[in-house]
Amino acid sequence: MTGEGFLTKNISGITHTLESVIVAEDLCRAPGLLQRLDPRAKVVTFALFIVTVGLARSFWPLSAIFALILAVTAASRISMGFFLKRIFLFIPIFTLVIAIPALFVTPGSPLVTMASKVIITEQGARTAGLLFLRVTDSMSFGVLLILTTRWTSVLAALRWLRMPSLLVDILGMTYRYIFLLLHSTNSMFLARRSRTLGSFSSNENRRWLTRALGTTMVKSRHLSEDVYLAMLSRGYQGETRVLNDFKMEYRDFLWVAFALVAVSVAIWSNRL
Amino acid sequence: MHIPDGYLSPATCGTMYAVSLPFWFVAIRKVKQVLTTRTVPILAIFAAFSFVLMMFNVPIPGGTTAHAVGATLLAIVLGPWAAVLGVSVALGIQALFFGDGGLLTFGTNCFNMAIVMPLVGYFVYKVISANSDVKSPRRTLGAVIGSYMGIIAASGVAGIELGLQPGLFHAVNGTPLYAPYGLSVAVPAMLIAHLAVAGPVEAVVSGGVVAYLQRAHPSLIKAGAVGTKEGKLWILWGTLGVLALAAPVGLLASGTAWGEWGVDELQTMGLGFIPKGLQTLYRWWPAPLPDYGFPRMGAVIGYIMSAVLGMAVIAFLVWMLGRRLVRRTSPAAQVASQQEHTG
Repeated sequence: MTGEGFLTKNISGITHTLESVIVAEDLCRAPGLLQRLDPRAKVVTFALFIVTVGLARSFWPLSAIFALILAVTAASRISMGFFLKRIFLFIPIFTLVIAIPALFVTPGSPLVTMASKVIITEQGARTAGLLFLRVTDSMSFGVLLILTTRWTSVLAALRWLRMPSLLVDILGMTYRYIFLLLHSTNSMFLARRSRTLGSFSSNENRRWLTRALGTTMVKSRHLSEDVYLAMLSRGYQGETRVLNDFKMEYRDFLWVAFALVAVSVAIWSNRL
Repeated sequence: MHIPDGYLSPATCGTMYAVSLPFWFVAIRKVKQVLTTRTVPILAIFAAFSFVLMMFNVPIPGGTTAHAVGATLLAIVLGPWAAVLGVSVALGIQALFFGDGGLLTFGTNCFNMAIVMPLVGYFVYKVISANSDVKSPRRTLGAVIGSYMGIIAASGVAGIELGLQPGLFHAVNGTPLYAPYGLSVAVPAMLIAHLAVAGPVEAVVSGGVVAYLQRAHPSLIKAGAVGTKEGKLWILWGTLGVLALAAPVGLLASGTAWGEWGVDELQTMGLGFIPKGLQTLYRWWPAPLPDYGFPRMGAVIGYIMSAVLGMAVIAFLVWMLGRRLVRRTSPAAQVASQQEHTG
């Protein structure tokens, strides 16, 4: 592989990650249905939905939940094309590829036969479809939560759910410093790219890459010292406090009630 | 190796959360002891580093790229418990923001990549590097082999988790409800991919970074490796790592027992006979036996309960063992025991 191709791939990968999060932060401010809901209500009901998707045993509840996801997405003023691209682009497609052999190897009653041999079994088709729908549904809820909720609100909701404050603090700071480190490594790749003429061997590229990682690690170490001292000088004593001004309103209760009914119906349908 | 939601049953996910919980608990305690108020900034920034490392595309022969996890590398530089937390946080952000790994499967992914991987990797690294000099090639070799073993162990565990699904969770007509491939497919598939591609990438990255740090910043390796606060506790970490590995094997064993139980149950359920060859067939592939309708859910719940109970017992024993070891090795305890002897 040429040096340029490998560097370009890394630069575009990192830039894409940064961009996708910035887009998400913009969407959080749009005046849509989900954006207006209390983050606690969203975190709890979405978790319920994800568990329900996990428990579902047939196509109907999974398809109905996907229809619900699309409706809620539209009501939250998220562009449908953007949303579908975001959820389908990688993992569900990967899942389909994984599920294809299952069509043929799962034992069961024949669905498609050719030359008196069972090619595709009914069970195989069902398991592939279930896997695909389940993965898509579960992913959608995670994506919707992040697209419509500010990260600080998600953290505050986690704190309200009694997640240890140490973990919540770490999560919050990690998110902040991921951007710093991504920017800094992106600059390293860009600097390298701008100095590169012609191509390098994979070996040379790997060596450069491990040195870049090593340097980033040393930088992280220094950074953590500086940040710690900065925190200390602002009076940090190992505890943080969050301003929690959440208030459940009428529409939040309405949403929770709706979610509970939807979840109960979906779970009840497992018994049919 | 990031397992998305939908591949594992909620019961498996719950079990794996329960299995990971004691490790997180111990890790938080250990890290707080050493880092005190530094815990948050150091772990946060190294979790961010771990995230960035997972984003790096490493060129591999054949023209494509792969990425490393870096759990063993983090364990070498920060110590294994800090690595457990750092990688867990990085995985959490990956799952939340990028849908890379699910939210129900988060506990499972953490067990594989943030617990098994760094603990096994660090154990092997410690065995190989022992008390060698900071710049010794033994440390580089330890990082290479340790990280390789770590990722292989993790992928094997992931293969077992995925492979258990079709046998344990299927519809009445035999349709697998979650990941469709049994152990005989899932485990080799995971292992081969990681033995051939992901393992070498992990080894090259970890070995390369450790070699660079040895040359340019030996203090970083030193701080992680020779920290007196850790003492001989690496034996305990190793034991934990091995136990962590053994846990899913236990799952596997109880899975087979469950299969045998099913056949016994056939007889008592008034079937009166077991068709010839069914017994052997059943053991290898429980799925094609849909029409006898045994009380499957009860068996699954019982199996999960016993697995959780087993894990809890193991975790408790390890914890007790750990306390004993800590008491023996910590200076305060030594002073205390000396006082006991003199007094």
